[in-house]
Amino acid sequence: MLAWTIYITFFGVLVLMFLPRDNARAARIVALLTAIAACVVAFAGAIQQANPGEVTTIVKTPWIPGIGANYYLAADGISLVLVVLTGLAAVSGILFSWNIEKRTKEFFAFYLALIGGVYGVFLSFDVLLLFVFYELTIIPKYFLIARWGSTRKEYGAMKLALYSFVGSHLVLIGLIAAWVVAKGQLGHASLDLIELSKVAFPIAFQHWVFPLVFVGFAILAGMWPFHTWAPTGHVAAPTAGSMLLAGVVMKLGAYGCLRVAMVMFPEGVRMWQGEIACLAVAGIVYGAGVALVQRDFKFVIGYSSVSHMGFVLLGLATLNTVGFDGAVLQMFSHGIIAGLLFGVVGRMVYDRTHTRDFNDLETMQLGKLIPFAGVTFVIAGIASMGLPGFSGFVAEFQVLMGAWTVFPKLTILSGVGILVGVAYTLRAVQKGFYSDAPPKPADPDHPLEPISVPERFGAVMLIGASLVIGLFPGLLMNWIEPCFNSPLSMFARLLVKGGSQ
Amino acid sequence: MNHWLTILTLVPFLGGILVAGLGAERKNLVRGLALAASLVGLGGAICMWLHFNAASGDLQFKEKFDWVPSLGIQYFLGVDGLGLLMVLLTAIVTPLAILASWKVEDRPHVFHALVLWLQAGLFGTFTALNFFHWFLFWELGLIPAFFLIKLWGGPKRGPAATQFFIYTMVGSVTLLLSFLAIRLATGSFDFIELAAMAKSGVLVTKLQAAFGWKNIGLIIFFGAFLGFAVKVPLIPFHTWLPAAYSEAPSSVTMLLTGVMSKMGVYGFLRILLPIFPEQIREVLTPLLWLAVATIVLSACAAFAQKDIKRMLAYSSINHLGYCLLAMFAAASAATAVNAPDIQKAAALDGCLLQMFNHGLTASALFLFVALLERRSGGLRGLDDFGGLRQIIPVFTGLMGISIFSSLGLPGLNGFVGEFLIFKGVFPLAPWAAAISTIGLLVTAIFLLTLIQRVFCGPLNERWAKMPDLTTAERFLVLPSIALMFVLGIWPQFILGAVDATVVKLVQQLNF
Repeated sequence: MLAWTIYITFFGVLVLMFLPRDNARAARIVALLTAIAACVVAFAGAIQQANPGEVTTIVKTPWIPGIGANYYLAADGISLVLVVLTGLAAVSGILFSWNIEKRTKEFFAFYLALIGGVYGVFLSFDVLLLFVFYELTIIPKYFLIARWGSTRKEYGAMKLALYSFVGSHLVLIGLIAAWVVAKGQLGHASLDLIELSKVAFPIAFQHWVFPLVFVGFAILAGMWPFHTWAPTGHVAAPTAGSMLLAGVVMKLGAYGCLRVAMVMFPEGVRMWQGEIACLAVAGIVYGAGVALVQRDFKFVIGYSSVSHMGFVLLGLATLNTVGFDGAVLQMFSHGIIAGLLFGVVGRMVYDRTHTRDFNDLETMQLGKLIPFAGVTFVIAGIASMGLPGFSGFVAEFQVLMGAWTVFPKLTILSGVGILVGVAYTLRAVQKGFYSDAPPKPADPDHPLEPISVPERFGAVMLIGASLVIGLFPGLLMNWIEPCFNSPLSMFARLLVKGGSQ
Repeated sequence: MNHWLTILTLVPFLGGILVAGLGAERKNLVRGLALAASLVGLGGAICMWLHFNAASGDLQFKEKFDWVPSLGIQYFLGVDGLGLLMVLLTAIVTPLAILASWKVEDRPHVFHALVLWLQAGLFGTFTALNFFHWFLFWELGLIPAFFLIKLWGGPKRGPAATQFFIYTMVGSVTLLLSFLAIRLATGSFDFIELAAMAKSGVLVTKLQAAFGWKNIGLIIFFGAFLGFAVKVPLIPFHTWLPAAYSEAPSSVTMLLTGVMSKMGVYGFLRILLPIFPEQIREVLTPLLWLAVATIVLSACAAFAQKDIKRMLAYSSINHLGYCLLAMFAAASAATAVNAPDIQKAAALDGCLLQMFNHGLTASALFLFVALLERRSGGLRGLDDFGGLRQIIPVFTGLMGISIFSSLGLPGLNGFVGEFLIFKGVFPLAPWAAAISTIGLLVTAIFLLTLIQRVFCGPLNERWAKMPDLTTAERFLVLPSIALMFVLGIWPQFILGAVDATVVKLVQQLNF
């Protein structure tokens, strides 16, 4: 059933292509209906899945038998969490881009193509298939930014595309090497992730291949110091683009790290565990620190994404169940919260005021002019700071708990990152919405348009999701935990203390 | 199983949502509804006080459900004498604060909603017994307080609010990290279970086993300590307080000093003392010095202030310093003392009484400041007034009673608490008690200076037409004044309810 998320979304792209060029309204509605349908399917499929701890096959047919490639879609609890996230992010992104008037139909076609690719990555259990979907997302990303973006959009788009390609080439080199070695060991060619997760690659081999594949994926997850595409890309992208980039595309990277790099090369992870944790914490602290001094509202959120994704990587580096649980939950949580923050800044503020400079925003009293945006940003900010009651707290809480025993000093350091996070969020709230600076008289000819209904829907949906998971983390934990707890799962090799070989 | 406490917390929370939803137009409805919600809270708290079994020091009105079993998170509520006392205090101060802010014209619906959410946060903090659950409310209280200062405060509200928030967050993060470490080592977030582990010594052993550091116990203790020390506050973590208290609108300051500062003291009593008795004992002398410094230095600082609100802010630090002095002294080993348990119980009884009294008196004082500001158009310097006694005698008399209660005049409530604290602390830590008396003396001096400069002397002609308290305002201050007398003459009203709790706490401290 979950496979239909992919098919419906690509079918939506097809429908959009046949729509008349100038009918923007029809394009929006088709896009929204497609996204909602896929989201409903994602929810229904996820709830139906009886045993989230096991990999449940959806479809598996030979694809290129010569190299052992199958068309193999399946899902376990982690896929479920991310598929549901993608559904939510897709719907809210469309609601927040309801005002796109320029080539609306193409915009939504690229948008849905990106979403379809993302669903594909999260459901593929064949390495080649996963890689194909992964590559597929790069093209719509590029065009969304280059055509509909703002502020140095060509530069941002090109930087993102180049970083993505470099990353995926590193992954590709590593995977080809692994394919060769695995063929030698198994006696037949295989690209099946489950099969590969049981192959004992030689330790020396793992030690050099793992960093290749891991870094290749981690570039897209915004791992410091390969994060620089993220802020520029997020800022250049149109609102829905940044919502998707931060909301799901960065998760593709983190998901690849966990599902491919770490699962295939457990000894490699153990060798590089400390280094990964150091880079993760560097990202947490550096991202937060840089966010604190930005003048551009969107750059604050862009760097905050780097900081929050650092928690995902830190959770992955702990190699224990709590840390992993936290990392996956943080992927979900950050997807929701970052989407919301970009929605407020990009759509509610920038599209109305046409500025993101704090010096200008300070004189506008936005908290009074568009109170809904102010309140939404405050709530999103609270969630992003990781205050309890919202999803960010339960996620970071588990990551830190997992990290305590393994890297006590780094854990304390990431506490500093949280504090700086509080500081930059407060600064953004203050400068963006509730400044005490003397107000500039509002321009009577161009009053700010009131917050529209789709925006309200999108905001309420995302806040609700974060709140529900913050108060009842069990809803997602019931999917995530069994994946790591079962001794038969593909992650079992990672979690064994002291190594399996 | 009953749901008293859940309902009590939900009333202000839902009331806040309702009030916020009414919009800015229907001002009187908003105010009336906010007041009604807080009065329902007061009614509930009084009902609980009446149904509370004072003979037992155990937790009552317990609610316990699994929330997130895999993380050891439970929905766990319950109160003993300490918790109930704080709930009652919150329930008393909030309606007064709402009445004091009746005249707020700028977005009254948001203002009153934030006040009600703050109350919900406070109720939750004083009743939750699982770290996760408790932390949720601990932080929930912070956000409304931040916005109340940030949006309705005085001229320097921006920096004051930010400083307040960041300071508290530093404490919260270290507190969170400490408890994550504890959870990791012991598998529990339950304050009661953790206290039992601490008593049997298992807690430290487990922490050492999980981390392999020898003095991990102390490190974890300091993390948690910082969280509460900032909130109380203890010198040198107090610098956020004068700015926050003086910039906040006075009705909000009533809540900040009356109840929010008690969150810190409550945390010490409920969490630090039972869970880290050993660690407190290890660093007892420095902690006592901190308490003494807090008492003496803040009194001296208050003496130097020119602004009534800042003076009362420092006076707040001073008064809560006595609570900390009592607590640390009660945690000492003190075997040489005659009947140490009785002394410890006296000190802790005094501490609890002082918490309640200070909440009552300090909020009344800030209420008077609010009324004075309303008359003076926002002026509140010590030198801006003079001779007010001649034109507003009722105001002078009633504020005078509150000031005398604050400086501990026998017959009024402040005396009993401080008396019990010193009675208990003298045998346990004589030097600390002796130095702290300087604080008592300086407090008397600066409070009398306040009376003299504002109410006595030649009349400042500028205020010749200042109106005295209206009937409504007299009714507003009446409950606090009446309680000051009642508690001063009949402290047993509170001591009776908390005694069993204190005895239990003392047992917990003896190992």
